[in-house]
Amino acid sequence: MRRLRERFPSAFTELRVVRPSVVKAVIDRKDLVEVCTHLKKELGFEHLSCVTAVDWKDHFESVYHLYSYKLGTTAQINAVIPYDDPKIASLVPLWNAARYHEREAWDLMGVTYEGNPKLERILLPKDFRYHPLRKDFPQETERQYITRRKLKTGGR
Amino acid sequence: MAEFWVNMGPQHPMTHGLWNMRVKIDGETITDAEPEIGYLHRGYEKIMEVREFQKNVVLTDRLCYVSSITWSHAYCLACEKIMDVEVPPRGQWIRVIALELQRVASHLMWLAAYGPDLGLLTGLLWALRERELFLDLLQLLTGARMNQNFPRIGGVRNDLPPDFDKYCFKVIKHFREKMSEYERLFQDSKIFLMRTQGVGKISLADAIDWGVTGPNLRACGMDVDLRRLEPYEAYPEVEFEPQVWRGGDGGDSYARFMCRFNELRESCSIIEQAVKKAPSGAYRAKAPRRAEGEGFARTEDSRGEALFYVIGDGDDRPYRVKIRSPVFCTMAATPIMLRGNKMADVVSILGSVDVCVGEMDK
Repeated sequence: MRRLRERFPSAFTELRVVRPSVVKAVIDRKDLVEVCTHLKKELGFEHLSCVTAVDWKDHFESVYHLYSYKLGTTAQINAVIPYDDPKIASLVPLWNAARYHEREAWDLMGVTYEGNPKLERILLPKDFRYHPLRKDFPQETERQYITRRKLKTGGR
Repeated sequence: MAEFWVNMGPQHPMTHGLWNMRVKIDGETITDAEPEIGYLHRGYEKIMEVREFQKNVVLTDRLCYVSSITWSHAYCLACEKIMDVEVPPRGQWIRVIALELQRVASHLMWLAAYGPDLGLLTGLLWALRERELFLDLLQLLTGARMNQNFPRIGGVRNDLPPDFDKYCFKVIKHFREKMSEYERLFQDSKIFLMRTQGVGKISLADAIDWGVTGPNLRACGMDVDLRRLEPYEAYPEVEFEPQVWRGGDGGDSYARFMCRFNELRESCSIIEQAVKKAPSGAYRAKAPRRAEGEGFARTEDSRGEALFYVIGDGDDRPYRVKIRSPVFCTMAATPIMLRGNKMADVVSILGSVDVCVGEMDK
């Protein structure tokens, strides 16, 4: 972590140890590729575990979980993306594992990963037009419970 | 000869579920492949946002219907990270028992499916016969054979039933005898060896690059097991050996088969230790209903690394849940394993990576 801070003095808005062997860093989207290249090539985080897109209503976040088999350390990188321009650079040049994760994140959340060679629908049908995990995609929140009394009396 | 695409799936005996493997063949040789998934997408991540933390355990059970406990346990572990709940020691040990029973049941299901893939129908019958014993143990412990809804945030649902250790020892003793029969059935079969050895290779560097985890990565000769690397629950106190392919030049179907097969034996010894070591005391801690913050948990699922990333915003429902399915990532790497092999080996290769469509499509 110290080496990260020395290398990128201004990139992090937040950098802390969450719990033993887990480091969390919040960065802007423009620094993503640079920071991740450094993490992979010099600090040895060779396993890209997960790419998550989170909708915070006023901005998006793309969350990367990196893992180093040698150090046994997880690095969680949150890249902040503005809401009106959901685009971020793709990490496919670094990890091929990013291909499917980014496809899924685009499919469900609508964050465009620029540079991903095949950004297509993966889980949803090809003609689907929405990104359902966004918070403005309607979701049935109140379930209708049918009480026993209603069943007996027919709703009277 | 002209190359053309062949659809293997969505309705194909090879697929073990509902997905489509498109392979491009030149004569009999595969030149390219492309998995097509999403047929079983149920929108779990969205449904979980409107249900309370505890109620989601029911859903995570159904992520993978042959390995329910490992999945709901991973979810509970992630929730505990947000809520700062410490599971009492007995709860941790009961979880270890349940997890390993589930792992054995899941691996036996895989073994049962892998046999007939290669024309070994006896494998199906034998493996399912022994799986029934482990399902009986699970039923004794949790009350159900599938979709047990057993882990709770802060512990487990119920204590071990009386005389559970006796039943465990009896089943494991019987199973160990049967394991030597399996060895003769699978590893002494010349046809089985011919169809698995040297087929479906993936190099270690490729496997890490594409995010392959679990037994499939251990088959490449790398000693990674999250139960060792990032111990959770009571695993630091358990003695076991992660099953890694030591024969050199691994990464083929046979190495994957051997890793999983030997894990069966390893899991049995973990169960034995856990049943003996489980201390008395409480098995469940009270968990708060609401949570704020974010947390993630990585566990060693039967098929690889399962990761749950849960965000809470102070409500009693999660704000966002992300499920990292190991099969989803392995599926991305299957074209590498398939390229250059023969058409008839597709079944052998895809059977050996242990696909579970339920967790892949979420």
